[in-house]
Amino acid sequence: MSGDHILSVDRLSMRFGGIVAVNDLSFGAERRKITALIGPNGAGKTTVFNCITGFYKPTSGTMQLTHDDGRAIRLERLNDFRISKQAKVARTFQNIRLFPGMTALENLMVAQHNALMRASGLTFLGLIGAPSWRSAEQHAIDLARTWLERVGLVDRADEAAGNLPYGDQRRLEIARAMCTEPALLCLDEPAAGLNARESASLSELLLSIRAGQGTSILLIEHDMSVVMEISDHVVVMDYGVKIAEGTPQQVRDDPKVIAAYLGTDEEEAIAVMESGT
Amino acid sequence: MNAPPAVSIQASHALGAAFIFKKALISALVALVLFSLMIGVRTEAGPTGQLIYWTRFGDLAAMVATVFGGSIVVELLRQWWGPVGTIRVVPTNVKSALALARRGIAPVLLIFTFLVPVIFYDQRYILDLGILVLTYVMLGWGLNVVVGLAGLLDLGYVAFYAVGAYSYALLATNFGLSFWICLPLAGILAALWGVMLGFPVLRLRGDYLAIVTLAFGEIIRLVIINWQSLTGGPNGVSGIPRPTMFGIPLTPGDDGLAAKLGIEFSPTHRIVFLFYLILALALLTNWVTIRLRRLPIGRAWEALREDEVACRALGINTTTTKLTAFATGAMFGGFAGAFFATRQGFISPESFTFQESALVLAIVVLGGMGSQLGVALAALAMIGGFELFRGLEQYRMLVFGIAMVLLMIWRPRGLIGHRAPTVFLERSQAISSDLVKEGHG
Ligand SMILES: Nc1ncnc2c1ncn2[C@@H]1O[C@H](COP(=O)(O)OP(=O)(O)OP(=O)(O)O)[C@@H](O)[C@H]1O
Ligand SMILES: [Mg+2]
Repeated sequence: MSGDHILSVDRLSMRFGGIVAVNDLSFGAERRKITALIGPNGAGKTTVFNCITGFYKPTSGTMQLTHDDGRAIRLERLNDFRISKQAKVARTFQNIRLFPGMTALENLMVAQHNALMRASGLTFLGLIGAPSWRSAEQHAIDLARTWLERVGLVDRADEAAGNLPYGDQRRLEIARAMCTEPALLCLDEPAAGLNARESASLSELLLSIRAGQGTSILLIEHDMSVVMEISDHVVVMDYGVKIAEGTPQQVRDDPKVIAAYLGTDEEEAIAVMESGT
Repeated sequence: MNAPPAVSIQASHALGAAFIFKKALISALVALVLFSLMIGVRTEAGPTGQLIYWTRFGDLAAMVATVFGGSIVVELLRQWWGPVGTIRVVPTNVKSALALARRGIAPVLLIFTFLVPVIFYDQRYILDLGILVLTYVMLGWGLNVVVGLAGLLDLGYVAFYAVGAYSYALLATNFGLSFWICLPLAGILAALWGVMLGFPVLRLRGDYLAIVTLAFGEIIRLVIINWQSLTGGPNGVSGIPRPTMFGIPLTPGDDGLAAKLGIEFSPTHRIVFLFYLILALALLTNWVTIRLRRLPIGRAWEALREDEVACRALGINTTTTKLTAFATGAMFGGFAGAFFATRQGFISPESFTFQESALVLAIVVLGGMGSQLGVALAALAMIGGFELFRGLEQYRMLVFGIAMVLLMIWRPRGLIGHRAPTVFLERSQAISSDLVKEGHG
């Protein structure tokens, strides 16, 4: 585990009453790389995300985020909205959480809330329609349009997010997270429910985000074709502990990983093996 | 999927008849249990204090039959008009005519409102009613920020109305401050109270939030009643100065407006002035709300209503967002309160009961949560309708209740059941209310 880590998770534990969802977990996510977090159902992956993004306060352990300029932030000391605002960590949800009654464009405008709030002079400049506010708003619309184009939704910009097909909603949620201009993007099963073609275009999108924006990506995914194709580093969890990590190839051949998947679901394990080769 | 549609429709009809019958039967049974003691047996104290009772089984049977029949009618209406799963074929030309009417209704209504004092100059009753309706339009628009946009159920809105009214009344009677100085002060004080209410309820949602706001409304009223030395207690505050037209009083005296303009004095001048004053205040509320919706703060309110967790994941401070919603709504309530005080010249705690909160909330819900036009129409229908049926005396509430029930069956999401986007790339498409969340708090 060497190299420039944007995120270092150290001895993280999360307990819910008697359940130990995450147990003494340590791993790192490299800067400008895609790190995948995989494991069977109930392994504790989403719980790790909820700790990183401040929705849960970890029972113990530290999580340090280091920005490009060397500024280090201890995530476990910040609470919910500050993690996105100050630490620049954005996330998507396993069960999509868009604003269904707002249009796709509005969803992306809400994501730029903090920048727009400053530009609108805490609303007062905006209320009188100051030119500086108008140009900031136009800038925000342009950024939203750029992201809508990148995820292929610019034609549906004015449709209610709740009306979009499932695959489009998944991509819109990624676009919304990117509109916060994050340093670290955490994606919880972005390929869930997508067909093969949609998964392939998702892989392309994530690679282009890494290349274009230089955003580091932390990815939870069950779709092994996506994981094997785009990850630079894979961390495997089972029952809340890390059981393996390494390059996709190393992980794929690791007997412990095979056993973990076999132990839970034979078909899934076979699927893992086959899709990886 | 593959079955011919006609068959499935018939099947659902057969199922529907049995379902309706069963539902009506249950309603009738409930009515029987409820009314057998309330209506079936009548008790009274006799002349020597003994208990006299007699039975009224005829009335009971009639009541139960009414409930049974009514339940069937309501169910049928619901199936014919109901929004669930019904596809109504409307010709496109009718549709476009309706769309045109919908777009035209707001300007027509606005122009008509401006002309009301001209058309009805001699009819004091209509002018007073107009002022009353506009006051509720303003209150509805104010509460709409909290309930309709931010999705926070506030059952104690009348508290801010009271704070505004008492702020003006006390500042004007004790310190002789003019209406135009007190108006912003009343708004600011009410907004402060909004923030004070906001803090303890931030972590509450849904029913809990509703109960605490309801209690807050009652607390303010009780404080006003009991703080005799300041508020005059149940006797209220009287002798509240009337508003001046920027310093020129509307009185018959030499320095009055009529004398200055060289026209004959008439008490109607003041009524007309009050009418335009509340119209201006209401339009200000409307304008600010429409602007706020297009600003980040307004979008954050609506996003909060849609999904609070997603808001936090996007770095939105939900605490301050909720507080600003409470404060903004409260400020408009405070303005309306100050207007109320200056119009009445006398205020007492009786004007600020829970009933007022409930009425304003009903206007917002009936109008279609979040819709400015809907709220205005609902205020007109509710307050105007109330007056219309004044002749019916005790049946007024009954008619009113039936109208509400029918409306909620026909339009469960309120009169205007769609949301207009705040920004668009190509064209603005109305969003069906089925997608818009009502909020969780
Ligand atoms: N808020 C909570 N309260 C109690 N237990 C929880 C809570 N959140 C998660 N858990 C438990 O923690 C364990 C790990 O759950 P988690 O959702 O993190 O798994 P996961 O790896 O994301 O699984 P999946 O692949 O199905 O999404 C599960 O046993 C779950 O029941
Ligand atoms: Mg999960």
